[in-house]
Amino acid sequence: MAYVAVRGGKQAINASIESLTYQRLKSGTAPDANIIEQSMHALIDQVMAEGSLYSETIAALAVKQAEGSPEEAVFLLRAFRSTLPRKHYSMEVDTTGMRIERRISAAFKDIPGGQILGTSADYTHRLIDFGIFRESPEEIRTWIENYLKKEIDEAAVRKYPKVIDYLRSQGLIRKLASKETEPSDVTKKNLTFPAERSERLQILTRGQTGAVTALGYAALRGYGAVHPTVGELRVGKIPLTVANPFSGKNPDDAYYFGEIRITEVESLIPVTVPMGMGESRIEFDIGYGICFGQNETKAIAMSILDQCLEVGDPQYPTGDEEFVLLHIDSVEATGFISHLKLPHYVTFQAKLDSVREIARTRTRTRSGEADHEQQL
Amino acid sequence: MNSSYNYAFFDEGSKREIRRAILKAIAIPGYQVPFASREMPIARGWGTGGLQITLSIIGRSDTLKVIDQGSDESVNAVNIKKLITLTTDVPVTNDAEKATIIQSRHRIPEKPLNENQVLVLQVPLPEPLRFFEPSEYATKKLHAEKEYSGAYLILFDEIIRLGRMAGGADHPVEVNGRYVMAPSPIPKFDNPKMHESQALILLGAGREKKIYAVPPYTKVASLAFDDYPFQREKSIGQTCRLCGASGVFMDELTDDETGSTSYQCNDTSYCLERMNSHDA
Repeated sequence: MAYVAVRGGKQAINASIESLTYQRLKSGTAPDANIIEQSMHALIDQVMAEGSLYSETIAALAVKQAEGSPEEAVFLLRAFRSTLPRKHYSMEVDTTGMRIERRISAAFKDIPGGQILGTSADYTHRLIDFGIFRESPEEIRTWIENYLKKEIDEAAVRKYPKVIDYLRSQGLIRKLASKETEPSDVTKKNLTFPAERSERLQILTRGQTGAVTALGYAALRGYGAVHPTVGELRVGKIPLTVANPFSGKNPDDAYYFGEIRITEVESLIPVTVPMGMGESRIEFDIGYGICFGQNETKAIAMSILDQCLEVGDPQYPTGDEEFVLLHIDSVEATGFISHLKLPHYVTFQAKLDSVREIARTRTRTRSGEADHEQQL
Repeated sequence: MNSSYNYAFFDEGSKREIRRAILKAIAIPGYQVPFASREMPIARGWGTGGLQITLSIIGRSDTLKVIDQGSDESVNAVNIKKLITLTTDVPVTNDAEKATIIQSRHRIPEKPLNENQVLVLQVPLPEPLRFFEPSEYATKKLHAEKEYSGAYLILFDEIIRLGRMAGGADHPVEVNGRYVMAPSPIPKFDNPKMHESQALILLGAGREKKIYAVPPYTKVASLAFDDYPFQREKSIGQTCRLCGASGVFMDELTDDETGSTSYQCNDTSYCLERMNSHDA
């Protein structure tokens, strides 16, 4: 009879996977994905942005499957994204035409079109509301009825001028030649350095919220010479279209295929511009931040990092493209950190062999030296 | 909601794109070809580079073997096999001889491979100069200029400080007299198996987005100095407690009760086959 090895690998793995499902289901209830979609907007938005795939429904399903872990949900979404054929690029969008839900400026009080606070947690006290622990459908209905009775100042559908256009008209923003080159797609072409700005913006907007925030904060706090003013922060919906193949770039003939909700930030960053003869003056650079859904902290941090990388001050890690761009991706960072849990039996054995050899030869040398001293 | 996946997970366009990178890698032995690495259903750092290669080249006539640090049943090997068989119809084997594609993490099988086989190695860090120079922009230039002092400097520094080349696995190699390459963290014991290998060796680094290759019958030399020659691990001098093999890479085991040390083939399917042939 042939030798039958006793091996438990497969069974142990299956047991672990089953246990994961048990953990998800053991309370006897599981929320429908559409309840997650309707009630966890912030998480859905974060997962869509980091997952680089705009679908609230699939993001909600990923959140459900991942039991609320953004890291896992993003991972699921990215893997799903890999299986989708990509046939079109959208036409460029002018965000001046955004359907605004929220729009604030930290630079000017009276911006043309006015400030719209919209939906935000910024103005709440962060006190845990024990009252909403359980909310009955009747309570919710009554609340909504009362809310809708009030006159709501619906933001009129109109174009809101950009705050920075005002500064630009005053000649206070550094003039740069406009670049009309097609953006390079970082998911189709490997990133090379120095990177193009379009590539940097893509990596930043896909970046892990925590990582982008941390590096943006570092640049703000001292590892970077930036103190920006939020010129304008907008949350709203923008329409997406693809070009009609028969009429080229004519936007009037383009096919509309839906709209996405985004957060967009334009930060103003003062920079010293030398004028010659030892004199200089101050102008503003613009840092740009954008992401799917409503994630304002990330968009602002992104705008800081955009400017840091544009300037590329070698004094600070936040000015180093490779340092910033290669380490903020959720799937890459969490993947490589978690791979340390994999068996390293062979590599560790190889290292051990080397360590022992060194120890052996070194001891021999040292005892040899001791003998020599004794003889003396 | 229902969704089904394409054969071998990827859409055909993606597979073709990756195959083009593979062809370029074969044409320039040892050169790291950048490719648009996809996110996979397994984590970055868990073999996504190798997996993307395997999924791009696999077809209905293939037989697959996956090993992780020598074992066919390690968690990672099982997971990768599961994913590939979920989306393809290929048979899976533990026998290195029967496989047409062998995806491996950090080992080259003990049984010599042949011309009809492809060995796909998973690579965590494809850049042999990375610990000498952290910048990708700079290392690309060093490769272009064949400026490999850095790779030798790392080894020289170890000899000065520690008396020998102290690295464990992933000892750098020179391929076809041109590119210095990270052979992936295979033990030094496996390095010579790359030299004039009959099988095509493809190396994939998913997170770092590089594919490179050692085509069949290519010269592969481990970096060394005249007075400090390349040396393989010492533990290969031991004898396997199960099948009695020697001269292969060994796992070191400690007995819980007696505390004594024994050795066993790291390549589990090789060991098993030897035991089966003893019994037969």
